[in-house]
Amino acid sequence: MAEQVTSSNPGRYATGSAATAERLITRIILMGVAFAFLAIFLVMPLVIVFTEAFSRGLAPFLENIADPDTLSAIRLTLIVAAISVPLNLVFGVAAAWAIAKFEFKGKAFLITLIDLPFSVSPVISGLVYVLLFGSTSLLGPWLKMHGIVILFAVPGIVLATVFVTFPFVARELIPLMQEQGTGDEEAALSLGANGWQTFWFVTLPNIKWGLLYGVLLCNARAMGEFGAVSVVSGHIRGVTNTMPLHVEILYNEYNAVGAFAVASLLAGLALVTLVLKTLLEMRYGAEIAATRGH
Amino acid sequence: MEVRVSNVRKEFATFPALHDVSLDIKSGELIALLGPSGSGKTTLLRLIAGLEEPTRGQIYFGDQDASHRSIQERNVGFVFQHYALFRHMTVADNIGFGLKVRPGATRPSKADIRRRATELLNLVQLPGLENRYPAQLSGGQRQRVALARAMAIEPKVLLLDEPFGALDAQVRRELRRWLREIHEATGHTTVFVTHDQEEALELADRVVVMSQGRIEQVGTADDVYDHPTSPFVYGFIGDSSTLPVKVENGQVWVSDRPIGLPITSGEPDGPATLYFRPHEVDLLDDCGGCIAGTVVASRRVAGTRRVELEIGGGRERVEIELPIEHAATQKSRIAFRPRRWKVFPTA
Repeated sequence: MAEQVTSSNPGRYATGSAATAERLITRIILMGVAFAFLAIFLVMPLVIVFTEAFSRGLAPFLENIADPDTLSAIRLTLIVAAISVPLNLVFGVAAAWAIAKFEFKGKAFLITLIDLPFSVSPVISGLVYVLLFGSTSLLGPWLKMHGIVILFAVPGIVLATVFVTFPFVARELIPLMQEQGTGDEEAALSLGANGWQTFWFVTLPNIKWGLLYGVLLCNARAMGEFGAVSVVSGHIRGVTNTMPLHVEILYNEYNAVGAFAVASLLAGLALVTLVLKTLLEMRYGAEIAATRGH
Repeated sequence: MEVRVSNVRKEFATFPALHDVSLDIKSGELIALLGPSGSGKTTLLRLIAGLEEPTRGQIYFGDQDASHRSIQERNVGFVFQHYALFRHMTVADNIGFGLKVRPGATRPSKADIRRRATELLNLVQLPGLENRYPAQLSGGQRQRVALARAMAIEPKVLLLDEPFGALDAQVRRELRRWLREIHEATGHTTVFVTHDQEEALELADRVVVMSQGRIEQVGTADDVYDHPTSPFVYGFIGDSSTLPVKVENGQVWVSDRPIGLPITSGEPDGPATLYFRPHEVDLLDDCGGCIAGTVVASRRVAGTRRVELEIGGGRERVEIELPIEHAATQKSRIAFRPRRWKVFPTA
């Protein structure tokens, strides 16, 4: 008995302390690397954006924001987001619903298609629309004949933005809906609910946090998209410039304060999104825990 | 409400889950669909509910063909194995859901819905839990709420898919008794699916034994236990021992010797399998027409002793039950004859 104690105790003590020490060092290194990386590549640029924007005080900052071209860029960005986010909300829910709740041929293909905008360079996404609707394209002459303007105008910008942002909502919902299965929907139907009531009272409440999260990410990307929009916009000041494009133009004109002022608005939007996302994650985490307990 | 399933076939993709199944369910009956997984019992239940459509055949509710009616039109109460309670609604809202979604003219007032939910909670013995959320309930409580929710729509038929499958043994037994009481109090025609034979035999008026997409036997607990009509039912319900035998000249033979079991119900001559219950045997002293074997293993099971016997030179083994005080030891020779038995021709 005594022998057992002496032989087992030191062993346990040694391995236990060694394991803990190792874990602690590893943890410090990992955390240090992560924080240093974030500080250099994320926090510092963000700080610089704001310090540059306010480098000459508040008045020049406001002046730059109040510039008609800047206001027009803000308006266009909001319009584009206001059209493309709801479109992708509807599309995302429909696609996720189809993929998670039904079996059909071509399902894997649909999932691949949804991921396409993630894997393709945004510039290519924009270029596709130029090739499709440009004056030298097949559709070009027909569009011209009917007076329909897509390229270098708002419709083109919206199309490019919709293309680039369409995976966000669907990607967020598919795993969630797959995990939840069809049991709740079947229960609602068996109780006499019609399809719309089932969606409204049962499916939507089950996915609402995931949906909100997806919409938030989709919105952030819709407002911040540069590459695809740049190709189709034509950079007409006060007409087809979105905020990210306007930042570039101001910067190229050596108007640093103006560029950083607009950039700080975009950065502010990103921060708001981040805060909302964190709040949602806290909320969403509790919901997932509840789901698991269910 | 009477339910009649008539020559129903169901295929998933091309895989047949049910072959030509027919079943009559009487009004007010409590029926168990019993079978191993993959036997098609859940598919049959979902077909009756309208959650699946039959590939062929009809399902009648009363004398109306309901085969192509939607689940909403069939007015069935369905209880899911994993409850499927709406987690963002309170218990009262869950129970009232079926009333809330009714079209305007037939929808009861909010106060009436609330009152009905309270009544049903009392019926399922969960008074006072109206404002709880499903996550705050135990598994047994959730299943009671699920049943209350299904009954709120005054269904013609109550369908339960492995209602106690996700619960632990003690809660299961308690809910079993409770379900029987509810059934007697409300008189709903009820069909439930289970893979637990004890549950089926104890609870149901009639048991439907299923295997590989076919109904093997329909009958009361006594019928299916005492008079199984197929080898599958004999093997699936209760313990059984089997021995390869031969039928010849109106007798059952084990390796060239008749064992004193005369054929009475016309089984054809030829190779067959003898089925009997390990506890339904008579021990014999001298063997003039019996099964004799050598004890090769013995184990104590509750109030009895199970021994494994080697029959006919060690090729076959059967298990029988002995009284505890029986002096059987390793290598001792035991002779017996089944009291109740059946032979099925070997396919």
